[in-house]
Formats: sequence, C-alpha cells, structure tokens
Amino acid sequence: MSSAYELRMKNIWSLPRGELFHGGHNLCAGCTAGTIMRHLLKVAGKDTIVVNATGCVEVSTTPYPYTAWGVPWIHLAFENTAAVASGVEAAINALKLKGQLDPEKEVKVIAIGGDGGTFDIGLQALSGMMERGHNVTYIVYDNEGYMNTGIQRSGATPFGAWTTTTPVGRRIRGEWRRKKDIIGIALAHGIPYAAAANPAYPVDMVQKFEKAIQTEGPSLVHVLMACTTGWRFEPRLGIKVSKLAVETGVWINYEIEEGRLRVTTPVPKRKPVREYLKLQGRFAHLRDFEIEIIQEMVDEQVERINKMVGKQVIGPVDYGGDGKKGA
Amino acid sequence: MSETRLPTWTEVTPGGIVREPGSTLRLDKNGWRVEKPVIDPEKCVRCRLCWIYCPDTAILEVEEPYTNSKGRTYKLTYKVDYDRCKGCGICAEECPVDAIEMVPEEVA
Repeated sequence: MSSAYELRMKNIWSLPRGELFHGGHNLCAGCTAGTIMRHLLKVAGKDTIVVNATGCVEVSTTPYPYTAWGVPWIHLAFENTAAVASGVEAAINALKLKGQLDPEKEVKVIAIGGDGGTFDIGLQALSGMMERGHNVTYIVYDNEGYMNTGIQRSGATPFGAWTTTTPVGRRIRGEWRRKKDIIGIALAHGIPYAAAANPAYPVDMVQKFEKAIQTEGPSLVHVLMACTTGWRFEPRLGIKVSKLAVETGVWINYEIEEGRLRVTTPVPKRKPVREYLKLQGRFAHLRDFEIEIIQEMVDEQVERINKMVGKQVIGPVDYGGDGKKGA
Repeated sequence: MSETRLPTWTEVTPGGIVREPGSTLRLDKNGWRVEKPVIDPEKCVRCRLCWIYCPDTAILEVEEPYTNSKGRTYKLTYKVDYDRCKGCGICAEECPVDAIEMVPEEVA
C-alpha cells in the first residue's frame, strides 16, 4: 500500500531486543496486556510520554514505590486521560515556542486507556481531544469489561457474556446489549488514522502502532486484550483466544487511513464462532440458539466490512466436513 | 534479592513520584508459578515467537551460539528468566515445535 508512513517494523526480527516496559509487574499470569505494552514502547522508543488511565495496566504496572515503565509516565483518573494527554502535548508545543525545548526534538505523547476508561468514562475527554486535533496516539486495550475491579460490564462487553453485573439467571442471561463501535465513534470526528489490532498478530500490531505514532494529529488504535481472569480461560490460552477471535470474524484487524479502509488480516474461510466461545467460561451458559444469534451478529459485521472494502476479504463460515451447522 | 520495605514518611517523594524507571525488575515473581517453562535448545528452531508473546519479559534472547546434534549452528539461544516468569504457559502453548515444556515446580 502506498502511504506516507515509514515503517521500520518489517517482520518479527525488526523488533529491538531492548525493553522499555519491564517485567516484574503485577499483571495476572498470562495477561496479554504485557505483550501489547512491551511492543508499544519498542515502537515508540524512549522519547515518549505515557499518559495512563486508571485500569488494569495502571494498577498492576506501578505497585508503589515501583514502576515497570522505562519512560516518563503519569497516572490519571478514568475520565481525564485524553484531556491530560492534550495538555501534555500543548505544553510540549509551548516549551518549543519559548525555546526551552529543541523544536526539532520529537516527543511522542501516548495515551493508554482500558475499555472502561475509553468506551464509558473517558469518552467525552477523548471526543474533545479528537475534536481539537491534538497530536496524541490513543491506545485502547480492550478486555471487554472492568476486569480489575471485579469483572463488571462495560460498553465493550459483547452480547451474551457473563459478568458480575450481567449475571446468568432466569431473567438475564449475560450481557444483552451490543458492543460499542469505538472506531466508528472516533471516525465520526474525522481523525486521520484509526485501527483495530490484536497481539496474536504482532507484526501487524506494531505496524499499526508505528503508523498511529507517525500520524500528525489524533489517532486511535483499538487492541483486543484477552483477559484470562474475566473471560474465564486458562492463562496459557491468551494468544490462542486472541487468534481465534480473528479466525472466527469476531474481531477484524483493519485500519482506516484518511478514510480508506483496509483489512490487514484477511480470513478466506472463517471458523464458526462456537470455537471462540467454547474456550471461554464467560460464554459457558450459552445455548445453541444464543450462539446462533452471535453467529448472525458476526456475519452481519463481516458483511458490513466486506461492503466497505468493496470485495470479499473475510470469507464465509467453513463448518468443515459435511457442511452442517452445529458441533 | 528484592527490597520490599516501603519508604517511610520522610523518604516519600513529593507527589509520590517514582524516580527509578523499571524498578519492578527488583521484584521477585518466583512465587507466582505452579509450573515452570523449560526450553529444549535441541528442538528450538529460534523462531522468536516465545520472546514476542511473553507478557513478562521472561524469555531472554542471548547471543550465545548453539550447535545441535544435526550439526546446525544457531547464533541465538533462548533462556527463561525465572525471576520474571509467572508460569502462564503462553510460550509453551504458542511454540510451533513444542520445544518448551511446562515442568511442575517442586516444593522446597
């Protein structure tokens, strides 16, 4: 694809060995947030200021008096991440104008928020940041709920998922609302770059980080982060679940550059969503007809994306063998 | 190995600023594990996937040449930093050649 971006991360071996996000943090064993943050900082480099909303990553990476971060980092409340990131960026520009900072020096501002801090609580600040056009890269790590406070639902919780506030009983059978389309919200502000990434596809993910950082103006990268605690699967399956999300079409890796949509991980033949759902305890209560509903929702989403691209990049569901539905 | 004492009120920095970057490296995560990963350098094909996927920077990529029994020499060797490893098993699950085995920790 012809683009103005200079991509240094060509393949797995382009990633530098040095770490800026260090180990020893308190993220759960098998939490893929560690993978995401490591590679984010590998791409961003040391001239970076990280603005971090309250959430899993903030709580677990900075157990006072320690920090896992190797770059300047500030902790914020849920609602003001994007606002403070805007302020940091404005302050850097002011210092450059006053001559107190070398105008040639490139300081990257990265805001990191969870799905709770972005989809729900921090949405107005994010909207303001994108509206004012600050040069900030916003990374949403989406674990589909408020996992560190005890698995409450958020605007990102998908249909059918069990959480402590959408329990499974006679009246309610898990979350009954759809997941919010955060990239759609971001694009409504006319931002130059937005993307959906997944840690199971590391090269694709770091290239999106690179593009987002190089973008002049606000950019948003929505990253799926499989949560071993809240999604109820074994810690070793973190990357496998993330990969299955793409292979079943539940998650689509795409990017929107100046209004042009491109699917970066085409899936010629999709797997049935059942394969993704059956690994996770939060979907264990689902009956066949509910799985059918989720499958239809995914089909709809895939069709919408295919229509936007103009050709079939995500293929039909392959039920394997005799072509019959169901396991 | 790690200093776990919290600072007293005279030592606390203004605003609770942490001055040492990456200081969690001084914390010991050995107690988190039930199983530990053991990499077999014979089977390992140096694909780098375990290093990529590890959330805890527990896989070390060292410039240490290794010649396997078939006479093939690799420039790199992958090792596990057990002070960081929490034993999640992502490396063993994602290894394409099953060169990583999860071995139960022994009770001391």
